[in-house]
Amino acid sequence: MAKLHERKFVSADPEKCVGCQVCEYACSFGKERAFNPTKSRIRVIRENQINNIAVTCRFCEAPACVAACPRGALSQAVNGSIILEKENCTGCGWCIAACDYGAMMLHPETKTVYNCDLCKFRTDGPQCVKWCPEEALTVVTSDVLAQKARLSAIKKLFQTPGKTRDHQPKEI
Amino acid sequence: MLGYAGKILYLDLTIGKSYTEKLSEETAKKYIGGIGLGMHLYLTKSKKGTEPFSPENPLVLSVGPLTATMFPTGGNGHAFISKSPATGGVGESVSHGTFGTELKRAGYDAVVITGKAEKPIYLLIDDDSIQLRDACQLWGRAPSEVEDAIKEEIGDFYVRVAAIGIAGEKLSKIACIINDKTRAAGRTGLGAVMGSKNLKAIAVRGTNDVTIHKPEEFFNLVKEFHERMKGPATQKYRTMGSTENLMQQNSMHCVPTRNYNNSHFELAENISSTVINQHFVAKIIACNSCAMRCEHEVVIKDGAYRGTMARIEYDNLWAFGPNCGVDKLNSIIKAAERCNYFGLDAQSVGGIVSFIMDCYERGILTKENLDGIDAHFGNASAMLSIIDKIGKREGLGNLFADGVKVAATKLGDKAEQLAQHIKGLEVTGYDLRCLKTAALSCAVSFRGADHNRSGAVTIDLKGKVDRLKAETGRGKLVKDLEDQFNIIDSLIVCKNAKNTFYKDFEEMTKIYNATTGLGITQQELETAGERIQTLAKLINIREGLTRKDDTLPWKVMNQPITEDVPAKGAVVTKDELNLMLDDYYQTRGYNKQGIPTTVKLQELGLSDYLELTETKEA
Repeated sequence: MAKLHERKFVSADPEKCVGCQVCEYACSFGKERAFNPTKSRIRVIRENQINNIAVTCRFCEAPACVAACPRGALSQAVNGSIILEKENCTGCGWCIAACDYGAMMLHPETKTVYNCDLCKFRTDGPQCVKWCPEEALTVVTSDVLAQKARLSAIKKLFQTPGKTRDHQPKEI
Repeated sequence: MLGYAGKILYLDLTIGKSYTEKLSEETAKKYIGGIGLGMHLYLTKSKKGTEPFSPENPLVLSVGPLTATMFPTGGNGHAFISKSPATGGVGESVSHGTFGTELKRAGYDAVVITGKAEKPIYLLIDDDSIQLRDACQLWGRAPSEVEDAIKEEIGDFYVRVAAIGIAGEKLSKIACIINDKTRAAGRTGLGAVMGSKNLKAIAVRGTNDVTIHKPEEFFNLVKEFHERMKGPATQKYRTMGSTENLMQQNSMHCVPTRNYNNSHFELAENISSTVINQHFVAKIIACNSCAMRCEHEVVIKDGAYRGTMARIEYDNLWAFGPNCGVDKLNSIIKAAERCNYFGLDAQSVGGIVSFIMDCYERGILTKENLDGIDAHFGNASAMLSIIDKIGKREGLGNLFADGVKVAATKLGDKAEQLAQHIKGLEVTGYDLRCLKTAALSCAVSFRGADHNRSGAVTIDLKGKVDRLKAETGRGKLVKDLEDQFNIIDSLIVCKNAKNTFYKDFEEMTKIYNATTGLGITQQELETAGERIQTLAKLINIREGLTRKDDTLPWKVMNQPITEDVPAKGAVVTKDELNLMLDDYYQTRGYNKQGIPTTVKLQELGLSDYLELTETKEA
């Protein structure tokens, strides 16, 4: 039986993300003991001053990175995470080209590809989520994401009292 | 010596050569980084009497020991230091954003740029690779356009750019250096120094690790400061923004209005932070590493200026609002955007526009002098036309693009009384007549009229002292705050977050040591703050500034507040100023002329510079 809540990933709320890059620092330090965004699994994009968002691996249901690897170095676990067999990776970058989100990256030192693994070896979970000062990052499943979207839509709808009755014919 | 990159880059644009030097542990401890390190490098690498626009005048770019770490607001600053074309003394301006982080990761604590390129170029620092690249195509373009063009050319979206606009190219003494599109190293005209070197932009990309000495302690501090940044210490900046100052100060009658003709703006409600937030703020964004985010990004939604985007803070709101008598937010935002476009210091531009308006209303300037512009206070379109002309140095811009001091000298005595500047730098939005601690702080500020050299204005505004009184003791208040601000600008943390340091020096020492491992004591850091202040003073003394320059604008000293409020009649008299200056100099260990004594210099480890003060000490 397919499990609805199996596949989790880190998602950023574009309304909340302010582009501070704290997640990049937390990620690179958690993983590599150094502050270096070029080694961060999550990256912040400031497209212009008011459009900011952090992007990382979303563990797609049909991961293009896995499909693109000609050497079979990438595979997907049941829980959705992408697994790399380092010895098979030559750093060719096909998976990088295949990922629509820029979530696959080539490590500047190991010269193999890497992506988010939800800090699976840590007891306190993904470091980016832990340190995000805006609480813009959350670990979600696509189902939870949809639930949240529905909730926020409903909240907006009821924000203005009487808004739902706008369509009733007005007395003249 | 973690935290620091440990290297200084020297670059001569004339011959196109560069080399690096190690940053010694001793220098790091003595001058910390940022403006401290920058001014140290400036003083040692420049000669007395060098003209600001001569190729020999070094332009120093520096970052701090916390830059590119996760310490909130510590991660993102950079500073430019040179001889200021506006003041003739030390010019220094700090900016935030993301630019500084790349420089640190590229492996440099500072870059010292001398010489002059033959034709327009931009500097690309890509880790160890230093390139001077052609910028002929970029000449004449706005900083934000330059940033986009360079990213396109290099093919790297993450390259960070600090660039000058047309104003800097045309050597306007109020030109600034803009990074990350809306952030400016605004004050003291350093954009023109960059322009004089034919240096259009500095682009940086760095990929090195930045590591810290004691991660556990460091992260505990980060956690603590993240929490504080969500609390009352930063509430103003996080929520309504610094524009909240306007209504608060207006109620106290300390908003200089219409070039100091009034101290209260009767139309302030039309441009209050409430209106700004309700109708214009599109998003509040953060600088790198910051946990409080305060950059109120405003967008004009309709009308002739639809789509205009700028950052509004109290400073530029005041400069174009009350100071010019303008109560139209659309025009104020447009003015801020135009300043970013031309690469102009918004505060100085506001100062010069209001100066023109004052001269116009008093008949010193007429329509004929002003290319037909009807420059009455409150005329928003006149304000925008003047800014355009100053930016391009066209028509009246020729006379006014170098700030109020230069313009007033050309216009005569009457105009000089209207020129609101100290040492050649235009005043900021705090009425010094009724904020007397701030008045002292601005008078002695080494970079000219600026509230950001000490937070003394806060003492006055919060009622910690009688703001209308000049008395002994203010010298010590200003000194302590200056020392603290020097360290803030040298570590480079953000001044908007200064209140998160509940125990200022103690906590600054902690974070410095956890990052660098240099193990300095709190006392050593405090002394460093004092040393940096005196170092700046030494540069000014070398360049010929004296006690006479530690003064206040004519109106602050001669034109009392007229409104019927408690502050009615307030001015800072000559006697009051002298009293406070004497007090301040004595607290600092300077003589009556404001020259550091030999004993003081030895105490601060600045004996190398004794020759600068010896002839003047008697």
